[in-house]
Amino acid sequence: MSILDEEQTRAILGKVIQLSKADECSAMLNGETSGNIRFALNSVSTSGSIDNAELIVMVAFGKRTGMASINQFDDASLERVVRHAEELARLAPENPEFMPAIDKQEYKASATFSESTAAITPEYRAEVAAKSIAPCKEKNLVAAGFLEDGKSFSAIANSKGNFGYQKATSFNYTCTVRTEDGRGSGWVGRSLKEATDFKVEDEIQVAIRKATESAEARALEPGKYTVVLEPAAVAGLVGFMMFFFDARSADEGRSFLSKKGGGNRLGEQLFDKQVNIITDPWDAGTPALPWDMMGLPRQRQDLVKDGKVAFLNYSRYWAEKQGKQATAMPGNILMAGGSKSTAELVKGTKKGLLVTRTWYIRMVDPQTVLLTGLTRDGTFYIENGEIKYPVKNFRFNESPVIMLNNIDELGKPVRVQGDESPIAMVLPPMRLRDFTFTSLSDAV
Amino acid sequence: MQRRDFLALSGLATSGLLVPSFFGRAIAAEELLTVLDPAIKKRLADDALSAARDAGATYCDVRIGRYLSQAVMTREDKVQNVMNSESTGAGIRVIVNGAWGFAATSDLSPKGVVAAAKQAAAIARANSKYQSTPVQLAKAPAFGEVSWKTPIRKNAMAVPIKEKVELLLGVNAAALEAGASFVNSTLFVVNEQKYFASTDGSWIDQDVHRIWAPMSVTAIDKSTGKFRSRDGLSAPMGLGWEYLDGNSADKTELPVGSTVYGMSYDMREDAIAAARQAQDKLKAPSVKPGKYDLVLDPSHTWLTIHESVGHPLELDRVLGYEANFAGTSFATLDKRKEHFQYGSDKVHIFADKTQPGSLGAVGYDDEGVKCKRWDLIREGKLVDYQTIRDQAHILGKSESDGCCYADSWSSVQFQRMANVSLAPGKDKLGPAEIVKNVENGIYIVGAGSFSIDQQRYNAQFGGQLFFEIKDGKVTGPVEDVAYQIRTPEFWNACVAVADESDYRLGGSFFDGKGQPSQSSAVSHGSSTARFNGINVINTARALG
Repeated sequence: MSILDEEQTRAILGKVIQLSKADECSAMLNGETSGNIRFALNSVSTSGSIDNAELIVMVAFGKRTGMASINQFDDASLERVVRHAEELARLAPENPEFMPAIDKQEYKASATFSESTAAITPEYRAEVAAKSIAPCKEKNLVAAGFLEDGKSFSAIANSKGNFGYQKATSFNYTCTVRTEDGRGSGWVGRSLKEATDFKVEDEIQVAIRKATESAEARALEPGKYTVVLEPAAVAGLVGFMMFFFDARSADEGRSFLSKKGGGNRLGEQLFDKQVNIITDPWDAGTPALPWDMMGLPRQRQDLVKDGKVAFLNYSRYWAEKQGKQATAMPGNILMAGGSKSTAELVKGTKKGLLVTRTWYIRMVDPQTVLLTGLTRDGTFYIENGEIKYPVKNFRFNESPVIMLNNIDELGKPVRVQGDESPIAMVLPPMRLRDFTFTSLSDAV
Repeated sequence: MQRRDFLALSGLATSGLLVPSFFGRAIAAEELLTVLDPAIKKRLADDALSAARDAGATYCDVRIGRYLSQAVMTREDKVQNVMNSESTGAGIRVIVNGAWGFAATSDLSPKGVVAAAKQAAAIARANSKYQSTPVQLAKAPAFGEVSWKTPIRKNAMAVPIKEKVELLLGVNAAALEAGASFVNSTLFVVNEQKYFASTDGSWIDQDVHRIWAPMSVTAIDKSTGKFRSRDGLSAPMGLGWEYLDGNSADKTELPVGSTVYGMSYDMREDAIAAARQAQDKLKAPSVKPGKYDLVLDPSHTWLTIHESVGHPLELDRVLGYEANFAGTSFATLDKRKEHFQYGSDKVHIFADKTQPGSLGAVGYDDEGVKCKRWDLIREGKLVDYQTIRDQAHILGKSESDGCCYADSWSSVQFQRMANVSLAPGKDKLGPAEIVKNVENGIYIVGAGSFSIDQQRYNAQFGGQLFFEIKDGKVTGPVEDVAYQIRTPEFWNACVAVADESDYRLGGSFFDGKGQPSQSSAVSHGSSTARFNGINVINTARALG
């Protein structure tokens, strides 16, 4: 399936809406052509491409809804998928939280499509793998990495006349480099809009340097440390917290954003004044689709303003119940910072630890968003502005809320996409006081 | 277990939206009961096998799969979503010039599968240019035409949606009646109809069933702003609808007063207990950090086994193939050679792809190897790993352990964890006798928060219910408990394992691995076990 253009999707979705006999009908048509290459032990292990498209039809009879989907778009298939959805809707119990289809919207396009990323070929991927592996082999290091890129289209329509279409591309590269004896490990990750901005020869040197320099790690006592977190290390913690900026769970009293005695903490000073986080679908370097999964138009929006909670996500149902404006789910997370690089933050650190990356982060207590996880692929001791020696990895137990109250300095934000996060983020490196490490890990 | 899946699920649960299924295309309920004719599948597979041979393949396997799933999601008195999904197609894997190639197609016509076989051969040929060592495939016997089916008593796909909705809404009502503030309950039903054929002379038709009924019950104290949840104590199982019968013979009353479940689950009873215990958790004292002897119920231990034994003994991790994402393993090949003391002599851990009721039980794996049981750790000593056909020779084995799995016809099969379980103790011993000898301990029931490093050394686990043990007696619930371990020290601190009568399964319905990530389901059995002198931390914090 090639990437369908706007007119093709309009024609298919138009037929679907026409075919439906339900009170209302909404449909989404999404497709992606993605390619990947995976390498390990200095050799390509798998490579492939995935081509997929899917039409999802949602219909409603009163408050009874049904959904069906299909990956074939001939007239008979379209008829079948609409009838399936209608049949499921008739069988479904009434949903007391049913919301009618959204009205016609005006979506302002965002630049989610990059010609250079869309033009990636299997040869390009093989070259990225080869250029990642060769310098590692030369230095007796072992590379394992993954490049995944894709071009996609998203189209939505409903029986109230709403329609939206946009194309997008994605590019994510990660590589772990280890010493042959397994005593050193380094990592580099890049999430980019334009593939032409990717210079594998430069990127791989970051992982090589970290692998080499992390090899003779010393053990430090766990405890509270000043840390410089690289943006990739910040992503796992801040990204996790932002997922819980939900009005309903806060109002229901089961969120760190719930207010004692009832209500939520919207507008309260929860973080250091330096914390400013926005979402903006039209951000030049990290754009997002201008609508969310329900077709609500995304806006540029403060999420945290000068340390105050400036946003909670109101679903359409919850907004109506609470007399509020419904909000679209953010498509990206953009945190402001300063002008210094990670290296410059290290220079300004008297005593502390540099953390390349955080890993396997899980919720310990939703009451305080206490998260646990580990450092990985390059943790170093800093003294008088210089990296003195590598240290063994630590387990942390820390709440991003507490962490974002202990900010010493923020650096220059860069685009990151966490290994476990579906959303693109722009985050600064940061120097923090009293970051809580609770045990040592022997893992390299 | 994978966080992406968790986020996707909680996203669904909180939004109540109709969103695309993460399984495949959505279909009407009656289609969940149909099967593809094996004779048609054999003809298609044979076409693909000959096309691959003609294209120069020295080996080819064809998987024609129909993957069905159903999810019913509810909260309180509302049905949030009902989804029926199907994904059907063929995945073809070949070896040409000693290199693997793979291609998949949803076009189940002779033309479609032949084209995919040719494409797989072309990819293999291209990959062979970069391959330094040719693939070595351990021998697999030719089984001819065989079939296998999960021994279910009642196909959950055949149970009407209405009955499922009534069950869940009844469960929710019972929890609310017992004082819960909120309750989410869900049913997942999976049926994999898998046909495998290879140039080795096997044509294997399998019908695999799984079921899971998770729930989460929340109690809130608005005056203090405190909230606590207690998740259900069920396990995802390789069973049919009969798992939800709630047979009294499958219930165990623990010394801490909680009821836990074996091969059948009483969801309504557990919902009532969960509502009461969630409220108890609001009032329970916060744990004093320090060293404790832990008594771990199987509803908890499965996750510790999964993370600290199952994953580190996957051979692909040990070798470095997963270094960039999931990580490697501390249990390196030299440790097997020297019979590394992984645990105490009470620790006997086995892998088993045949155990009835388990999530990983199949007759044959996804590369046509007959499934079996084998030891990984014997009397505490590391003796083996989990392998697939192209890895067996690395350990000097003549056959694969049968650990190959793909989560879809469109995914390439690779090494996945077998059911890995702690064998019950040989001497007669129950949970109550274990508690009697504990001076200063904590009894943990149910799985909670979990995190482990990329080599599987340092892990931290929470739970659902925690009870303090003082001088051989359970004194009452405590809260804010998590324990931290270093894997070998933890398993070497195991001083007692209860006998076979206490053996129960837990498991993960969505275990993630690989890039692009694939999901698999796996069970882990154990009896109640005691671990001495484990580091317990207090997880309470104040946000101001």
